[in-house]
Amino acid sequence: MRLLDLFRTATFRLALAYVLLFAASVIFLLGFIYWRTAGFMTRQVDETIAAEVQGLSEQYRRRGLLGLRQVVIERAAASSGSSLILLTAPDGRSLGGNLARWPANAIVDEGGWIGFTFTRGGEQGLARGRAIPLQGGLYRLLVARDISDLALIEGTLRNTLLYALGLTALFGVIGGGLIARTVLGRLNQINQTSEEIMQGDLSRRIPIMGSGDELDELAKNLNAMLGQIEGLMTGMREVADNIAHDLRTPLNRLRNRLEGAMLARDTPDDTKLALENAIEEADGLIATFNSLLLIAEAESGAHRNTMEEVDLRSIARDVVDLYEPVAEERGIALTLSAPEAVRVRGNPSLVARAAANLVDNALKYTPTGGKVGVQIDPGYLRNDGPSIIVRDSGPGIPAPDRARVLDRFVRLERSRNTPGSGLGLSLVAAVARMHGAALELADNQPGLAARLVFPKALPIPQAAQ
Amino acid sequence: MRLLLIEDDATAAAYLVKGLRESGHLVDHAGDGEDGLTLALGGAYDAAVVDRMLPRMDGLSVVNRLRDAGNQTPVLFLSALGEVDDKVRGLKAGGDDYLAKPFAFTELLARLEVLVRRHSPAAVQTRLAVGDLELDLLSRTATRNGQRIDLQPREFLLLEYMMRHAGHVVTRTMLLENVWEYHFDPQTNVIDVHMSRLRAKIDKNFEQPLLHTVRGAGYSLRAAS
Repeated sequence: MRLLDLFRTATFRLALAYVLLFAASVIFLLGFIYWRTAGFMTRQVDETIAAEVQGLSEQYRRRGLLGLRQVVIERAAASSGSSLILLTAPDGRSLGGNLARWPANAIVDEGGWIGFTFTRGGEQGLARGRAIPLQGGLYRLLVARDISDLALIEGTLRNTLLYALGLTALFGVIGGGLIARTVLGRLNQINQTSEEIMQGDLSRRIPIMGSGDELDELAKNLNAMLGQIEGLMTGMREVADNIAHDLRTPLNRLRNRLEGAMLARDTPDDTKLALENAIEEADGLIATFNSLLLIAEAESGAHRNTMEEVDLRSIARDVVDLYEPVAEERGIALTLSAPEAVRVRGNPSLVARAAANLVDNALKYTPTGGKVGVQIDPGYLRNDGPSIIVRDSGPGIPAPDRARVLDRFVRLERSRNTPGSGLGLSLVAAVARMHGAALELADNQPGLAARLVFPKALPIPQAAQ
Repeated sequence: MRLLLIEDDATAAAYLVKGLRESGHLVDHAGDGEDGLTLALGGAYDAAVVDRMLPRMDGLSVVNRLRDAGNQTPVLFLSALGEVDDKVRGLKAGGDDYLAKPFAFTELLARLEVLVRRHSPAAVQTRLAVGDLELDLLSRTATRNGQRIDLQPREFLLLEYMMRHAGHVVTRTMLLENVWEYHFDPQTNVIDVHMSRLRAKIDKNFEQPLLHTVRGAGYSLRAAS
């Protein structure tokens, strides 16, 4: 990775910000330590000098200039070396003290403190003190202390603290850089995998480190999403293949009929009949397309805003009413068991269509003399959602095939001879999904029990009415 | 009937114009929404067939403007958008019926005839009669040649619809929509079974059949001429 890229990454910027904040805290901390130690020593010196000045002023007031001179000479003699004192006459001559002459290079600060260098015993020293004018400024008294050692300690402390700061900053930068590199490396991995997937390899997955951190969580979620997308893509491809394959058969039949009508030297009536058959074939194709479109629409959730309160009992009544003559014609007993109104939220047209498909299927596969029962179950007895149950006494669907028959165009081998598009149950399943309902197929011993279970007791908005 | 067809697909339009003229109607054709609206506002048509998707002005807007101008010509929408929601939108915009493409020509013709009849003011009827078949809408009874016929409630509705449109072709889809209020075609031909049952009740034991199957289209109830 190029340096410029490194600067552009969010992780690096975050690390940099962290280092800067860290350095600022360290500067503040060390500054505080410096102020507390070096400042403390300076303040102590200042207090000592102030006390000394006060003592000398007291002597001066009580015993006059001569008395003061006496004290100065005594103090100078007793001085350990760090205490400096000097009394000068109006002509600058020393009247006593342990300094040779008034310092020439004195710097006076705002607080009246003076700093100066001095030479004693051939060595230069640094001092800090106060000057007190006496007798209208003719005589001057200098009280100071040698702070050479203090300055040395201060300098050392300052240098140490600066080194510490430098090291801290260095460690911060190195640490930040390492963190950035690690995190970046993993993000890079995710990016690389994404690119490979975009190039068409949908089976690629992002490696998971097993650390259980946020990046692992991200990788897991992305992988789950990829799995879902791959599943959908595979499904779509299968559907497209199925459509292409299953529509070719009726299209071919249609073509054959038309061709036959054109080539045969039939009477006009025969030609008309052939054309009528062709139209019938085309109508079948259109119906298949409509079913496919409806399944697609239900799956894309296009009808989600058409949900209203629907009564399953009245829907079942209408459907049974519609199919009752068909059942009678085929010698099948069609019964309805719906003791009470059962309300769910749904698209009335689609729910009716799903119910009609279930009844249609049941009648289609039930032999003469059989039974088809439609039941509306409020669901509260088995602590479940409301359901439409259609039971028949036909051959049923073997357990291994039950999931498969919900796919588009799947028709079991033995139903090849009955008319149908293989979309009936797919449509019911799509309608179920759209309503958050489940389509369960079970053994009715004998026959099939298809159960469309709606979600449990959805709150019905009363305000809308 | 004087009909207006607003359809931009030239092939479909030519086919429809030909078919409608052969069925004995006068047909004007417009290829886009603006021309269609001009024609509709200018001529007194018995009904207009309007495609939903048109160049220059879409079908919904044409009908909206037409209704805004106070024109109540019955409108049948044609559309490739065939789902219930689209139908509702079309009917709300002022359309009177909605037919999804692809459709059978007979279906269009049957619906147009019903549409035009519905718009001609008719007195409130309490009795319907076709030949010697009579339907009393108040007592909900049916008689033929004075003989009482027992009908289930749905059979009564079915017969009532057929009698209201006596002499016209009624398609299976129209029956599903108007008698059962279903906007889909069930896989099995349930309508045929209902009709054969109805036929058994009203035509059996009588010399003249009233209920006729129209091949490739639907049914028609009419007395022998």
